[in-house]
Amino acid sequence: MASASGHLAAQIRWRWIESAFWLATLLPFVVTPAYLSLASQIAITALFALSLDLILGYAGIVSLGHAAYFGFGAYTAGLLAKHYWGEPLSGLLLAGALTGLVGYATSHIVVRFRHLALIMLTLGLGLLLHEAANSASWLTGGADGLQGVKVAPLLGFRFDLYGRTAYAYSLAVLFLCFLISRRIIHSPFGLALRGIRENLVRMPAIGAPSRAHLRKVYTIAAVMAGMAGALLTHTTSTVSLDTLSFGRSADVLVILILGGAGRLYGGIVGALIYMVARDQFSGINPQYWYFWIGLLLIAVVMFLPNGILGGLGALHKKSR
Amino acid sequence: MLSTRNLDKSFGSLVVAQGISISMPRGERYALIGPNGAGKTTLINLVTGMLRPDAGSILLGGEDITALPPDARVKRGLARTFQINTLFPRLTALESVALAILERRDQSRVWWQSLPRYGEAIDEAFSILESLRLGAHCHRLTRELAYGQQRLVEIALALATRPRVLLLDEPAAGVPKDESGELFAAISNLSAELTVLFIEHDMDVVFRFASRILVMVGGRILVEGTPRDIARDERVREVYLGRRRHAFA
Repeated sequence: MASASGHLAAQIRWRWIESAFWLATLLPFVVTPAYLSLASQIAITALFALSLDLILGYAGIVSLGHAAYFGFGAYTAGLLAKHYWGEPLSGLLLAGALTGLVGYATSHIVVRFRHLALIMLTLGLGLLLHEAANSASWLTGGADGLQGVKVAPLLGFRFDLYGRTAYAYSLAVLFLCFLISRRIIHSPFGLALRGIRENLVRMPAIGAPSRAHLRKVYTIAAVMAGMAGALLTHTTSTVSLDTLSFGRSADVLVILILGGAGRLYGGIVGALIYMVARDQFSGINPQYWYFWIGLLLIAVVMFLPNGILGGLGALHKKSR
Repeated sequence: MLSTRNLDKSFGSLVVAQGISISMPRGERYALIGPNGAGKTTLINLVTGMLRPDAGSILLGGEDITALPPDARVKRGLARTFQINTLFPRLTALESVALAILERRDQSRVWWQSLPRYGEAIDEAFSILESLRLGAHCHRLTRELAYGQQRLVEIALALATRPRVLLLDEPAAGVPKDESGELFAAISNLSAELTVLFIEHDMDVVFRFASRILVMVGGRILVEGTPRDIARDERVREVYLGRRRHAFA
């Protein structure tokens, strides 16, 4: 009977390919030092996508308004740095915690709905916050964005022009949040989330308080999204309304679907491909680059319905 | 152990339950029979809290559970299975049953420890599956199991909640007749303390495994009694069994 738990333990063991992947994230420091700013943007977007993966990929909550939490974290960090103090680590934690509070408050509404109603609801929440920030220009700077954000050095390292500190900072936070997410999905709570995703009707019939589980994961995801937003503020010293926009919510959904939802690495791989593609396409064709992104999305959904990682996984299975 | 008092439920003008009062003592094996549309599944849905009654009350072990949500009723020892497989397709059989056990033990909220550390729960899940002869398949995804095996996972999930009362909604639905006997043999081997109610259309099975029979027609309990009483009851023959008299032969 030891084999029953042994089998589960084997499934969640850290694989060599994961170590290789995380080691490879250090390569930009030596291989592409000119692109470290882009690399930090990718890490931030990856963290945002990872947070969406927790609710969408593991608990089945489809959201079209996840930027609400990203933007809230970004503005919180920005306002802190502008009016109070610029030390980034405490700002990051506080932004994450406050965003978590907003996530917890909204989760009470969100977990009551599924499917189309849920999409509309999250879309509405996103639009609401976006317009609230737009109208409160005395606080947020409105369409001009929040100016005068002064971020202090991180543990003595200044945020340099090349983005070295920015990338190290973003990558470290991404990695820590990844470790936490990995632990969550392989925990009893993670199993309950997968149960909810697989069959919400059955959950109460095995005595599961599904809504409490959903509120919890939604709050955790909001904390991570808020931290991703705060990272963007700290690494760019500015906050724009774009952080709360519908476009950002849609982008992160596209990124997760591209990479493969419910796979933990899907959001990270998706962010990498999407951001590099956007960088390249916009270089070739500054006006119409979304055309290529659209084409990429259609191709992935048609030929790799479980995303790029899903496709790779299927290929790997076949080859064995 | 489980009783209801004057349960009423209608959907608009359609009355699906009317004045249902039953009382099931501990350890009895009840069969709930009746023609299609009689309200048998509705009764299970009312008792388990998936539907709210318009009037009446439900008691479990003396406690009024009418106002409790479904998951709280499960925690108090009331479990059910579904007529149509309501499983977790992309969880393995072992994960599914372990999940139900972790929920029972209130450990499903733990996010900071990894699942394999809950060896006790996993071992218990394995032994439940083993007792239903699913041990060898426990690491397969539920959706990859044969249909009959999936019916057994339905029961395993309910057993994992350690019920005092188990409601089985056509446990053998869709299972070939030669296999359904085996399935009911597994059910009758369950603890003698457990109160069981099962909905079933096959009269052979009903008369073999039930110690008492409830007959429902049009949202009402027509009659309740031992298999002998029911077999003799003229009203039952008329409204329901008349068409199936051969089943008694």
